[in-house]
Amino acid sequence: MSLLDYFRSTKKNTASTAKERLQIIVAHERKRRSGPDYLPQLERDILEVIRKYVDIPADQVAVSLEQRGDELSVLELNITFPDEKR
Amino acid sequence: MAKIIVVTSGKGGVGKTTSSAAIGTGLALAGKKTVIVDFDIGLRNLDLIMGCERRVVYDFVNVINGEANLKQTLIKDKRVDNLFILPASQTRDKDALTKEGVERVLNELSAEFDFIICDSPAGIESGAMMALYFADEAVVVTNPEVSSVRDSDRILGMLSSKSRRAEQGLEGIKEHLLLTRYNPERVIKGEMLSVEDVKEILAIELVGVIPESQAVLNASNSGQPVILDEESDAGQAYLDTVKRLLGEAVPFRFLTVEKKGFIKRLFGG
Ligand SMILES: Nc1ncnc2c1ncn2[C@@H]1O[C@H](COP(=O)(O)OP(=O)(O)O)[C@@H](O)[C@H]1O
Ligand SMILES: [Mg+2]
Repeated sequence: MSLLDYFRSTKKNTASTAKERLQIIVAHERKRRSGPDYLPQLERDILEVIRKYVDIPADQVAVSLEQRGDELSVLELNITFPDEKR
Repeated sequence: MAKIIVVTSGKGGVGKTTSSAAIGTGLALAGKKTVIVDFDIGLRNLDLIMGCERRVVYDFVNVINGEANLKQTLIKDKRVDNLFILPASQTRDKDALTKEGVERVLNELSAEFDFIICDSPAGIESGAMMALYFADEAVVVTNPEVSSVRDSDRILGMLSSKSRRAEQGLEGIKEHLLLTRYNPERVIKGEMLSVEDVKEILAIELVGVIPESQAVLNASNSGQPVILDEESDAGQAYLDTVKRLLGEAVPFRFLTVEKKGFIKRLFGG
């Protein structure tokens, strides 16, 4: 490994951070685009309901609707609760 | 029947007009009868980049409203044969372009030309929609930077759902990625997304990589599309891009740092 590579690897590589963030948001937005128009509002409503009981940030709730075959659509709810007990 | 190519991006200032001017000029240089249409209503700029701003008499909206015909309105380029410009209007009325009006003008152009290049405004509002609606192919201009890549992906969504081809169930718009303002030095330092990164995220075919170049500013200063500056890196990268659009397989250039600097030679980069 050359000296330059050493300096490179110790410095935080912002391009790879950018790539990771983009991959996540683009995948998220593509999924949303392909889903029904009511999905974002459904997601907000679900978040509201949960927040009546537990204080969780918006990015800890994921709602997706997946088409499996011709007959079946699966609504998937993924909610990550905070660690600390209330 | 002309092939209609929209040059689009979502985000502003990424190089749509620069690319429209270069690609349109390059197609004409290749012998294709080409018209570049400025869809940026209210913010006419293609005329400046093409160096014909003093020759604008009528504009796109005049033609749509029947106040002038195409013959009176099209500006013939003085340097390159087979090249014409249809300038945008400076009206503040954002709804000056109607789908019916645009379709009528494009049909009329289609009978005369081989290629129609549509220089899209920024955004995802009606102007940008109008520019992409009738397209057969799309050049998605993207900078290696987070907001530009994300906006490009949104435009890809529009191309596949809001276009005429999508609505009529025809074969989809052919999508090309054009990465512009690329700086290999910064990519090596890990400060800028690489060609591979952007290709992987957007997952569409790469048609060109245009380096960040002083030649682009020089070109716009003097009203010469940069592709006419054949000595320059950006000019050559656009020439390659046009060849690829015409179906030729051309290796990519300007992806690496050309000369090793003193420090890099010392440390072995
Ligand atoms: N490859 C490049 N290198 C350097 N500057 C560029 C390059 N491409 C575009 N620019 C500059 O970026 C700015 C925006 O370009 P423009 O083509 O007007 O973008 P858009 O039409 O997408 O708004 C202009 O100042 C232009 O000179
Ligand atoms: Mg522009």
